[in-house]
Amino acid sequence: MQVSINVNGRNITADIVPDLMLLDFLRQHGCKSVKRGCDTGNCGLCTVFMDDRPVLSCSTLAARAQGHQVVTLEGLQEEARDFGVFIANQGAEQCGFCSPGLMINAIALFRENPNPTDEDILTYLAGNLCRCSGYEGQMRGIKAYLAFQHAKAEEVL
Amino acid sequence: MFTIREYKRAASLEEAYTLSQNRSNVVLGGMLWLKQQNRSVGVAIDLCDLGLDTIEEMEGSFSIGAMVTLRQLELDPKLNAYTHGMIAASVASIVGVQFRNVATVGGSIFGRYGFSDVLTAFLGLGASVELQGTGVMPLDDFIQMPHQRDLLVRIILPKGDLRAVYLSQRNTKTDFPVLTCALCSRNGKVSCAIGARPQRAMLALGADGFDADFTPQSAAAFGDFIAQNISTGTNLRAGAEYRIQLARVLSKRAALLLSAQGEKACK
Repeated sequence: MQVSINVNGRNITADIVPDLMLLDFLRQHGCKSVKRGCDTGNCGLCTVFMDDRPVLSCSTLAARAQGHQVVTLEGLQEEARDFGVFIANQGAEQCGFCSPGLMINAIALFRENPNPTDEDILTYLAGNLCRCSGYEGQMRGIKAYLAFQHAKAEEVL
Repeated sequence: MFTIREYKRAASLEEAYTLSQNRSNVVLGGMLWLKQQNRSVGVAIDLCDLGLDTIEEMEGSFSIGAMVTLRQLELDPKLNAYTHGMIAASVASIVGVQFRNVATVGGSIFGRYGFSDVLTAFLGLGASVELQGTGVMPLDDFIQMPHQRDLLVRIILPKGDLRAVYLSQRNTKTDFPVLTCALCSRNGKVSCAIGARPQRAMLALGADGFDADFTPQSAAAFGDFIAQNISTGTNLRAGAEYRIQLARVLSKRAALLLSAQGEKACK
């Protein structure tokens, strides 16, 4: 079957098998930031935006993404780079395998709630597992990034 | 291994229902549980083009389409205002936001999974289900039916003077629950659903004999009543006896919270 999916602003039309998952479709088309972790929907490594909502690409059929807009970390270069610096500064990426999924979901949080409390952050990111960092560095990085963004916004005002 | 021979976006409920009568075909929900199965699917029937992804408030009920995601349930202001945040509380511990953006209420309810928070919440709320072949029936009856080849179209949540509380116990955050408890009072009538027993959620018969304005004494008696009137089992997460104790504690706490909701409404 043929699908047409907008990936990072580019329309991709391809012949696929019906049970191809969006994760594999994206990786086949160069989006190597999208990682396969648990493959059971629990770890969040494969998180991408579909129509601006974070979803698990390991559990979404590519066929179901037909006609939708998908954005991976490759499509968020500037936003991801800004945020990634703060994560790296805290040594929170360590092996780095979970970082793309974490960054996509954290960006979803920032867009939905620009002033999250610690509890909001922990709750929103509960579906992003990391086996290196113990989450403390990630939390520090997120809070430092938010403080930087707020300071920047105040400067503009 | 999970395989699909053909993917089909149904153009109508009738087409989806007809296709679903073939044993090898499957109606897709969020696919999160389905994908874990060792199964070869003939036609994967997708309902995503049928407009079943909305929550509508009507005069006497809410109509919740089968393709509504758990995240939509969590964020819907009207539904959560009506249920005092109980619906949001029931899904908040299910894995993560990106999971809940994929999982559908139809998949959760139609699967009648023992571990389902959603099933417990809607059972406690006195919901009905609309099936394409069978029509509308109380969720309680649907839960007790064996699996049949039908199609869940929507969930109907009756409105009334409602108080509602949802509590669950988990061994670790985002894991399946060890026990779930949905306690509601609609038009003064108390109902209590206990789930993750680990069998399918069940209503505790006789809960309506209690007054929704619980005192500490009647809440303790309610906890004892629930513990005596539900059945539990053992699995790798917890033993049957532990679950009985949890049911006693959660239903007592829920009763006190339900009572506090009533006092708050009076003020």
